[in-house]
Amino acid sequence: MRFIRTVWAIVVKDVAAEFHTREMISAMLVFSVLALLIFSFALDLRGAVAQAAAPGVLWATVAFAGTLGLSRSLTREQQTGCIDGLLLAPVDRSAIFLGKALGNLAFMAVVEVVLLPLFSALFDVPLLRPGVLLVTALGTVGYAAVGTLLATIAVNTRAREVMLPILLLPLAIPSLIAAVQATGGLVEGGTLAEVGGWIRLLVVYDLVIVAVSVLTFGYLVEE
Amino acid sequence: MIQVHDLTKSFGPHVALAGVDLSVETGEFVALVGPNGAGKTTLLRVLATLIRPTSGSVRIAGLDPVKEGEGVRRRIGFLSHRTLLYEDLTAEQNLWFYAKMYDLADSSARVADLLERVGLTSRRHDLVRTFSRGMQQRLAVARAVLHRAQLLLLDEPYTGLDPLATQTLTNLLTELAEEGCTILLTTHDLNRDLKVGRRVVVLARGRVVHDVPRAEVDLAAFPEQYMQLVR
Amino acid sequence: MNKNRELFGLLLIILSTVAVLAALGMVFLYAPRETTMGDVQRIFYFHVASAWVGFFAFFVTFLSGIGYLARAERRWDILALSSVEVGLAFITMTVITGSLWARPVWGTYWTWEPRLTISAVQLLIYVAYGMLRSALENPEKKARLSAVYGIVAFVTVPLSWFAIRWWRTIHPDILTGGGGMAFTPRMGYTLLVSLAAFTLLYVTILRQRIRLERSADALARLRAHLETNYIGGSHV
Repeated sequence: MRFIRTVWAIVVKDVAAEFHTREMISAMLVFSVLALLIFSFALDLRGAVAQAAAPGVLWATVAFAGTLGLSRSLTREQQTGCIDGLLLAPVDRSAIFLGKALGNLAFMAVVEVVLLPLFSALFDVPLLRPGVLLVTALGTVGYAAVGTLLATIAVNTRAREVMLPILLLPLAIPSLIAAVQATGGLVEGGTLAEVGGWIRLLVVYDLVIVAVSVLTFGYLVEE
Repeated sequence: MIQVHDLTKSFGPHVALAGVDLSVETGEFVALVGPNGAGKTTLLRVLATLIRPTSGSVRIAGLDPVKEGEGVRRRIGFLSHRTLLYEDLTAEQNLWFYAKMYDLADSSARVADLLERVGLTSRRHDLVRTFSRGMQQRLAVARAVLHRAQLLLLDEPYTGLDPLATQTLTNLLTELAEEGCTILLTTHDLNRDLKVGRRVVVLARGRVVHDVPRAEVDLAAFPEQYMQLVR
Repeated sequence: MNKNRELFGLLLIILSTVAVLAALGMVFLYAPRETTMGDVQRIFYFHVASAWVGFFAFFVTFLSGIGYLARAERRWDILALSSVEVGLAFITMTVITGSLWARPVWGTYWTWEPRLTISAVQLLIYVAYGMLRSALENPEKKARLSAVYGIVAFVTVPLSWFAIRWWRTIHPDILTGGGGMAFTPRMGYTLLVSLAAFTLLYVTILRQRIRLERSADALARLRAHLETNYIGGSHV
């Protein structure tokens, strides 16, 4: 129970801090819309082409916007040495990890809540269905987990935030492929059963990633 | 309270601590002095459970920081020249957060009381990023003592403080020392900081080279003596 | 002790030289000319062998990462970084040979064929690992953080493989249809010898890289010793 209270306290702290400035969320949202525009122009997305490209463009946008938020979240801990503050407290290191990861998940979810309707309208694809929402949730969970772990690594480097996309994107490939394929399949009228293979892959990915992250996070933060 | 025996810490080929022996009784107020690179920060961070020793033994209140980390962390407070405060939260929110991290029972009362003691009650709803350095350090002290730590570890806490903040900090430390708190403070400013401590330990090149009660230190002659010791 | 080590090293070099020569011989002289693709197919042996080594080297890095986190000993870190460097060379070879093979067979330098794609992904992970190490100065942090990255990264590789395979099954490249080969026993033997040769080559080069790193460590220690004890030219 103490564990859950700690995790929740960290999530609340991150949300409260973001609420005061709203810098990160607005940056993520504005970036997403800009990315959407760029993709539309660059790939000349209209009509049927747009519908086919929608899942891919959606997930590419989420991935890149995600790296913005992830970097910011961990840099915030770095600035005034706050990560030490967390480590000095008599709490489980995995609680710290889960708290940060859930906070990042929440921020990405907020961005997706805005993006999904926007994409649905612009690309004329039915994204607001339970199947697609499930896939989006599963994909985001894995991404937030591995992203939090790697952002913790990245903020320790000279290159800081720049390092994160390089570290993160190759590792997010299974999740990205699965999410795009599953979303595409569902949008074209497929049932959940038909994209079951992809969903299973997402679940396996999420479980493995969360397990490995929880196990190794302690080693990242203790010298 | 603190028992350190033959403590070493290496970061790759660089040896930060080369065999430190130190014993601090409950209620003592120790000033740890030494030049940059002597290992003061490393030693403090080992005691604060932030760094693992390479070899040697460390006991805080009888507990091993590596194996019984949670128990040790509950009993210690840490303050450095970095504030460990969240700039995007208010003063109150910062303290409430840490109160939850330390699982305090009477958090609201305790937070209000400490804000009073460091003179920040009027600014409790303001974001920390709007505070001056002195105010931030005062809040940081409140954070460090929030959970009624038995041992207070301070790493060059006076860095960048104006005279008012310096005095507030000194007063607070004196109060805490009188209440029985054990205090270990690192510094490389001999003039100001030797006046607060009751015992002076000199650290150089990763080792303790001098350890005397404050009363035995001749303030006039000490700077010269210090130069000799650390060269 | 040292004599034995040097003897072993020499033996290893001789063995790998023999194995590589044998593999070359078999690839060009013993293996039959493939029916559909012709002589170009012979690059397949090098492609698969280097792909195997590329993956195996990463597996070694994964294990040494775990070793370092468990024991915090420098030798695990040396093994990890050496294996990454050597593995990077082999996986680059995989991608290049794959590309060279693709051109005459499919008419294009690149195809999203599963094996080639996963090799490209592994290449990028290797590069990311290398960049991470160069962006960290503190040697202890470097070892610890890259150990964690090596572990997490390796774990995603099988998952990427499945994802890419399924992706390609659902959307097959029109091009990869013509990639089939008529496999004969002689080709099997040639492949086995190539795999063995490349593995031996990997071990030999790995060993040299490890020795190089150890020498660099010894030099750094000597320097540090000199600096602390002989400041400004006079003994302190």
